[in-house]
This record gives sequence, structure tokens and C-alpha cells, in this order.
Amino acid sequence: MSRITGGQIDRSKTLRFSFDGQSYTGHPGDTLASALLANGVRLMGRSFKYHRPRGPFSAGSEEPNAIVQLHNGARQEPNTRATTAELFDGLAARSQNCWPSLKFDAMAINDRLSPFFAAGFYYKTFMWPAAFWEKVYEPIIRRAAGLGSLSVADDPDEYDKGFLHCDLLIIGAGPAGLAAALVAGRSGARVILADEDFRMGGRLNAETFEIGGGSGADWAAAAVAELASLPHVRLMPRSTVIGAFDHGIYSAVERVSDHLTAPMPGKPRQILWRIYAARAILAAGAVERPIAFENNDRPGIMLAGALRAYANRWGVAVGSRMAVFTNNDDGLRTAVDLRSKGLQVAIIDARLGDVVIDAAGRLGLKSLTVRRASGQIETLPVDALGVSGGWNPNLNIASNHRARPVWNDQIAAFVPAPRSIAGLVCVGAAAGQMSTHAALQSGAAAAAQVMSDLAVTPAVFDLPSAEDAPLNLTPLWYIAAGKGRAWIDQQNDVTVKDVKLAKQEGFVSVEHLKRYTTLGMATDQGKTGNVLGLAVMAELTGKTIPQTGTTMYRPPYTPVPLGVLAGRSRGKDFRPTRHTPSHTWASEQGAVFVEVGMWLRTQWLPRDGETTWRQSVDREVLQTRASVGICDVTTLGKVDIQGSDAGLLLDRVYANGFSMLAVGKVRYGLMLREDGVVMDDGTTARMAANEYVMTTTTANAVPVFRHLEYCRQVLWPDLDVQLISTTEAWAQFSVAGPNARKLLANVVDQDISNDAFPYMACGAITVFGGLRARLFRISFSGELAYEIAVPTRYGDAMIRALVDAGRAFDAVVYGTESLGVMRVEKGHVAGNELNGQSSALNMGLGKMVSRKKDAIGMVLSQRAGMTVETGYRLVGVKPVDPTHSLTAGAHFLATGAAAQAGNDAGWLTSVVHSPHLGHAIALGYLKSGDARMGERLRVVNLLAGTDVAVEIVSPHFVDPEGGRVRG
Amino acid sequence: MADFVLKPLSPLGHTTAHITTIGPLTIAENTAVALASLASRLGQAGDVAGIAARLGLPLPVAGHCATGAVYSAFWLGPQQWMVEAPFVSHEDIVAQLKPQFGEAASITEQTDAWVRFDLAAPDLPPLLERLCNYDLRKHGPGCASRTVIEHLGCYLVHRAFGEITLLGPRSSARSLHHALMTAANSLY
Repeated sequence: MSRITGGQIDRSKTLRFSFDGQSYTGHPGDTLASALLANGVRLMGRSFKYHRPRGPFSAGSEEPNAIVQLHNGARQEPNTRATTAELFDGLAARSQNCWPSLKFDAMAINDRLSPFFAAGFYYKTFMWPAAFWEKVYEPIIRRAAGLGSLSVADDPDEYDKGFLHCDLLIIGAGPAGLAAALVAGRSGARVILADEDFRMGGRLNAETFEIGGGSGADWAAAAVAELASLPHVRLMPRSTVIGAFDHGIYSAVERVSDHLTAPMPGKPRQILWRIYAARAILAAGAVERPIAFENNDRPGIMLAGALRAYANRWGVAVGSRMAVFTNNDDGLRTAVDLRSKGLQVAIIDARLGDVVIDAAGRLGLKSLTVRRASGQIETLPVDALGVSGGWNPNLNIASNHRARPVWNDQIAAFVPAPRSIAGLVCVGAAAGQMSTHAALQSGAAAAAQVMSDLAVTPAVFDLPSAEDAPLNLTPLWYIAAGKGRAWIDQQNDVTVKDVKLAKQEGFVSVEHLKRYTTLGMATDQGKTGNVLGLAVMAELTGKTIPQTGTTMYRPPYTPVPLGVLAGRSRGKDFRPTRHTPSHTWASEQGAVFVEVGMWLRTQWLPRDGETTWRQSVDREVLQTRASVGICDVTTLGKVDIQGSDAGLLLDRVYANGFSMLAVGKVRYGLMLREDGVVMDDGTTARMAANEYVMTTTTANAVPVFRHLEYCRQVLWPDLDVQLISTTEAWAQFSVAGPNARKLLANVVDQDISNDAFPYMACGAITVFGGLRARLFRISFSGELAYEIAVPTRYGDAMIRALVDAGRAFDAVVYGTESLGVMRVEKGHVAGNELNGQSSALNMGLGKMVSRKKDAIGMVLSQRAGMTVETGYRLVGVKPVDPTHSLTAGAHFLATGAAAQAGNDAGWLTSVVHSPHLGHAIALGYLKSGDARMGERLRVVNLLAGTDVAVEIVSPHFVDPEGGRVRG
Repeated sequence: MADFVLKPLSPLGHTTAHITTIGPLTIAENTAVALASLASRLGQAGDVAGIAARLGLPLPVAGHCATGAVYSAFWLGPQQWMVEAPFVSHEDIVAQLKPQFGEAASITEQTDAWVRFDLAAPDLPPLLERLCNYDLRKHGPGCASRTVIEHLGCYLVHRAFGEITLLGPRSSARSLHHALMTAANSLY
């Protein structure tokens, strides 16, 4: 095992890296696996269940065995394939799933106990005693399960997302993909050519084929160079297309910095691209499959194509005495290539009746037991074996939309179904066309067809000469000799015996086979084992392989770090933030903020000496009711509704009427869903004959706007109504309290006396000598109150001006907590009562549902179940003992009734401490609540362990006559 | 522009528009443009087109923007446009447009609903493809679209090669700016 001549590595540079703490060297162009093999390291991992010693089985992303942990510290990444990890200076890799060391793994005892660990042993073993499951079995299984381990530290890297558009996406840059890209690129189309490898060319880099009389690898390099010079072609090496989604959308992960010690500052480690492609070509090649025989998982045994790839591309002889076991001519190529490099290679050709029946060498292959066609048993002393059981087209992406692959007898493999994905064409080996000539030809032809489909004249492509040899494959799946285990799925330790057991126990359907044996699960998703498993099951059941089942794949094609799926949306950037116009001012005051959707709203503003939130909130509420308080209410949704039918639209979307509302007046409105349940509430102001401004709750600003657009565009397109959101355009402040008018008199340029601007008036005004503004005389607190709005750019100045103007009245600025306290004191419903299951009648607002007109939800709000007299009604609640506190969510129970669901009479929706009354108060929904004023009940919260005697009262705790708002 | 007692702040919270340069990219907050939505009333499309033509207010077709001497506009929806005009002369833009269009159109002030960032760089598509699903290479100067950037509904107006305008929700100006900066730092 050593470096040999040739290969596509840069020997002029040496890279240092470590594996399990041991230092090694490699070269640019190496993978971790090729560099380790070049250093004589064959043992790279332990298997999942039996902890069998394993070495690399492939030279690509299908790798089941050489799974390692890369990097240290927070960047530690488990379950990474050594066969695709690009080598860089300083790379630190460690083996995983072993203890205390890779060579001596104590858990390998599992291998000795393998008769107890057959497929399905979990289900059989851990069924009794049942009590053991949670405390004993599950912790043990959890400790034993999994391969690598996470650092449990925050990922220090950044990830990005992006969107790409193209005429043609080509997945795979082997001969078929390159030919397709040349045709489309030369035609002037926008082409994206993506390949998971860091070097484009696919198998051409691993083969000694000639194309056009020269080296295939050189042809690939020249093709890549030409493509790089074409302005509309985007080459994406290190980019794995992980899935096909709807409408020509593909997803790809670009590994921007994985080949570096760490990403450059500010640069992403990886980018998740969403690619919008008018057409796509799948040129993903094929994956070789093994033939199963006893102990076929010894380190040193690998796929024949991988064995020659290490020699041809990376200049590595995996062994000093090698052999090839094949059932097709492609396997023989390995022997030819290795011999041409002066290496010893024995050939075991199954088509001639020779087969490998066993392998020896626990930590690395030492010999093979071969049964010749004559029946003679031989022992071959070899340290590397290449196995070829044929090639499976890489059809994963083509089955993402659940198109079932089709069996092709000629190559004994599944090929993609025609038109498996709209707009996607499969070419080359991915389509089962296994020769280089066929790959070039089919790639070029598919691209030319795509060009014609897109009305682009296809460029001329002179098909270069290339090998066109048939595989000459005679199917052979496993060698039934001996009593040992023959591995089918090496990553999951699924053996021929396991498939036999599954069959014996009735799990013959492919889906059951997978779940029972774990065939095809984990990081490699059965890329090398699935078809083999199916074939074994087919043989056991006497069915054909396609009758037995097909292999299907979901995205992603290869494992994807969760970080790249999150992109930039993590931590404090998980979602954008919305700031109110008063945010800067409030921050300066030390305000406590609360997230309300994306908004950051002031929750309360502590003053010096206040040590609890209650002190701040009580002060804000008392001072507002005693004098005046100011609150930023910009977050409420605002919708500008104009048109000659604006009033008619409002009549139809609100339960109560608006078309007769006078200009310059505001009205409270209740919006119902189609089923009669309340959707939202708010006020709507008539600013002019054909112009209204609707306010919505903060939470429902978007849903209500969407609902209005739906009504306007879909239900009643004949109405003359135009809508646009103005939520962000105006900075709006509530000014509430007995001194509200006096405060605003110093702000507003016009007369706002009670006569000039009465309760529920609205209008355009100016402030501070001419700035346009809007004033609404509405109240949510039960006090004399206004909402005043200025263009948002003046919002910061406005809050400061209002505070200045309020100094004479010792005004306070209050936050959402005080807002909530005052609305409960006044008995106004809000989000807790608008819970998506309550009607206007439940809320005590039944009279607002007008019978004089039709409106959305009006008919269904009159259903028998909605109008029953014993239904829930909004009530006020206070504790019999004022020192007792209440808990929201507590349920009403009659005195003496057991705390059971059958006795439940309703629940507390909102609970606050009323500084005005000096005790807790609540709103709640109580059955027949409107007829139970003065009644004493209990409110019970079993979770909190509370049981409090309460009295049912009017929900209007403050100024029930409403005199203050009109004053 | 009137000199009011109340002093305006830019969406990013500055007294003057904020400009950031990262490599070849300039991100310039622009507060000097007044905005109003203009929507034809039902059956009034002809009248609106006539009035707009008289005012020199272009009404571009779907997915496009157009520039006039005083007024510019980009398409928002069927028979609906966002009208742009210099803030200094059109701060109360509705008051100036409404008398012209009367009851033929619904006009709503939108100036402060948005933060406007003007982006300039010789090659903007690589930046935009990190931000939104808008194919800037295909949609050249004169195109405009609604798109989503950092979960935020935005308008993108392609003014000229290397020049675009982004309008995003004003309350999220800092989040949008952060997203632009992050993408730019990732790229340049």
C-alpha cells in the first residue's frame, strides 16, 4: 500500500493531517481516504451494530464504512465520509463508534454475540418486562446507538441560502453531464452544472479511457475550461444536488469552505441553493454494487471501481497483492489498470464459475478463500480485493417524486422511469447507458432536445470517439457457501442471514424488509446495498426483483448539516424584528420589551426605585386613570379602504354596519369567520365619503388584510374597492386619561373640545403648527382617550413631544401590561377572548350582529349550537377574599363539585391585578354567565393546585356607565 | 419641504440617510422620495391613464417600473401602482395627486410605510441571488417586482444595470439592513 505514479494530486505540495491523533501527510487533490490509504491505513471505522473493523468500501459519496469525525471543538462534525472529505493542511479526523480505540474496540463483543443481535432483536428482546423499557433498555440502547457524537457547542460557522435560475440544470459533471453542458453552453443557454466532487469529470478522473484519442481526464479538464469561459454557464463543483421539488425546483448544497481549515471571516461554510430550472438533466452516473460473500466487509475489500479509482486518480495502490472478483467486464478493467501499473492482480471471474467464499484478516484483509469452477478450494494471500457485481444507475433524484424505477435486464439494475419528474431527463449511466460513448451521446442529445424545447438553436457538438463496450454482466448477488455472515448493507450490518430471517418471519415487502432489518437506512441510505437486499429477497421468495419491490429515495441525496438548512435564520437573526416608532426613546428610558409577533413592544417602563414589574404597571395604570398616559399603538394593523363600494365591503365583512357611518366618525367593528366565530375586532374610521381606515388587532393585521383581499378579489370582484396596508406609514399613539384633551391641546392645532371633537370622532388634523396628522377619539382603557397618528418618520419626535407636553400633567408612558390591565378593568375582549372558538354572543356582543344586512358569518352565527342560552357568556370575576390571586385558565366549578370535566362550567380567559380595585380581577367564559351575576363559584386550576372562591360580576369593573370616555 | 417642529428620523434611526459601503457595493438609505399608491377605481382605468399622461406620471405594465420628470412609478397589481416623487416637493403627495385624479382613483400615502435602500454595484446579481428569489439577470433595468427578503415582503425596482432600489417594511429597516450587510460581507 503506497503511492504509485500518476494521479491527479499535486505532489509538489505536502499537506499535514491527523487521524486518531497520528500525523500523516498527503497532497492537494487527495481525499482523506486516499491519503490514509497512501499512508497504509486501511482501518478507518467500526460498523454500526457489530463494531466490525471497516475500511473504505468506495471512493465516493456512497461510502458506507469509512465514516469519521472531522475537526475539533465546536466544529466537530460526526458521520463524515472519508472518501469525499477533501484533504487540507491541518485536517484533524478521528474514528467513531469505537472505544477505547479503533484497533481495539471493546464494543466488538457485539460481534461475538451476533446470534443475539439478529434483525428484529430489539422487538423481541426488549418486550419484557415492560417496566424495564424506560429505565433500563432505552438508556442502554440510546448510549449504544448512533455513530459519531456532537460537540454540543454552538456551531461557530455561518451558512447562507440563495436562489439561482437557469434554463438547464445539469446534475453531475461526468462525460454525460459535460457533453450536455457543452451543447447547452455553446448554444447560449443559461446553464448550471453542479457536481458533488471538488474536481469535475466524474468517472473520467478515475478511468484510463480515451476520449477523442486522448485521455478522458484531459478531455474533461478541457471541457470544464471551455465551460468556465462561457458567460452563461455556472460551474458548481463541491455542490450536491440533494433533491428535486415541485415545479422545476432543485436544492443544492455548495460546500464553500469545507476544504479550508475554517471559513474566511464573514464567509459561509456552506450555501443552500434553491435552483429554479426550466429543464434539468440528471447525469449522476452509477454506483457499483458488491457481491455478498462471507466476511466480505474486511478492510481492504472494496468496490472494484474504487480500487482502480484510488490507483488512477489518487496514485494509491491499496494493496501489494490484489485481486478482483467480478461478474462483468467492467470489473476486469480494474485488473487491467492495476496490472498496467505493475501491480499484482488475481482475477476471480464469477462468469467462469470462480467465486470468493470467505475472507480472512480481522483488521485488514489477509487472504481470500476461493472456490474454483472445478470445486477446488484455494486460499489466495491478498491484501486488497475489488468486487464488482454490476452498476446501479444513480437514479435517486429521479425518484424524488415517487416515480418507481423500472428494471432493466440488460444491466440487471433499476433505471429511472421515463418522465419520472416533469422537465427532467436522465442520461448516461444514470439512465443505464453504461459506456462512455453512450454517456457522451445521450448527454449531448438530451441537451440538444432541451434547447429545441426552449426555442434555442442547439450548437453543433462533434461527438468524440470513446469506448462503447458492453458490460457483459451475468447477475450474481451473493455466494451461498458456509455458515458465516455475508454483508449486504455494510453501514447497518445487514447480512444475507438477516434478509432470510425477515423473509422467514413474513417481512417480505420491501418496506417491511427495510424497517425490520434497517437495510438502506443511515447516512449512505443503502446506495450500495439496497438492490442487493432486494435481489436476495427475490431469490428467497422465488419472485423477480421488480416483483419484490423497487428502491425509492427521498431527499436529501447525501446528509446535510442542519446549519445549512437554517441558513442565516438562527439565534437573534432567527426572524426579523419590527421596531415601533418610539423604540429608540423607550430604550433610552430603560423600557422592558416584549415580543408580540415580530414586534418589540414596550411592556412596561420601570422608574428608579421600582423593583418589581407590578410596581411599574400599577403606577402606569393608576396615573393614566388619575391624569394621563401615553402608549405606542402603532402595531395595530391599519388598512386603507377606498372606493365607492368601500362601505358595502365593510358591511359584508363586519357583523355590524358601516355604510351608514357618518364621515368623521369611528365605529367599533366585529369581524366573523364564515362559521360565525369571531375572527377579529377593531375600529374603523370614515375619513371621507369613499375612504375608511380600518384598524385590526396587532396579531391579526396580516390575516385580516389577506381576508379583505380575498373578499375583494375573489368573492366580490364587482365591488369598487381598493385596499392597501398603512400600518407602517403612521406612528400612532394612544393618549388616555382625564387630562388627555388638555395634553393634546398643546399638540393639536385644531379645536378638540368635546363639542368640536366628540367621542368616536375622527379626522385629519395638523400638529405643532402644520404637520399633517390624524386623530381618533377612541378608548380601550375606559378613559377619555384619543389615538393620534403622524407620518412615521416623525414618530420618534412625536413621543418625545407628547412626553414633554405631558410633564405638566405628570403623564406616564405605559406599556402592553398596563394596556392589558386597563382593558380587563373596562371589560374589553382581546386575544385571550378572541380565541378562535367564541362567538359574538359568547363575548356579550351578540347585539352587534346585525340582522338588517348580510355579512360573512352572520347566518352561521345563528346556528342552534351557537345561540343556546346555556352557552358561554363573558363575565367579570373577582375573588371572594380580595387577598386571593387568580390564575388564567382556571376552570369554573360549582361549590362542592368535583374537579372533573363533567362539572366544568367555563374558564378564566384573562387575569390581572387591578390597582384601581386593589385586588385580582378576571374575565372568563361561564355557561349562562349573563344570568349568574352575583353567584359564587370556585375557579380551580389543577395544574397550579389552586381552588379559589369567586364572585361573578359584570365584566365592566371601571366606569360601567361609560361616562369617562364621553367626558 | 416644510420645516416642522417635529424632526424626522430615517428608518435606520439617523437624522440623515445612512450610507454603507462594502467592497464594490453601496447601500444607501434614501428618505428623499415620497410614495403613494395609486389604484384605478372600478371602470376608471381610461380616465386614470389620461390623467396620468397629463401629469407625466408613467403607469408601467405588470412587473415593470418607469421614470418620469417628476413622477415615477412601478407596478403593484392590476390597475395599481406605487408613485414616486421628490419628497422635498411632494411630502404631502396625496394632497397633490388627489385633486388631479378626483374620484377616478384611490390614492394612499405610503412614504413612511417603507424603508428605501438604493443598492449600487457593478455586478448586483450575485448579491441578489443570496437575498431573494428574483432573477435579476433575466429581469433587466425597467423591471420591478414584489419579493421576499429575510422573510420580509419587499419591492425590488431595477433602475439600471448596477442600480436597484429595495423597499422593505419600515419597522424592520434594521433587520433588512442587517440582511443586506450580511449577504454583502459573505460575498465581498
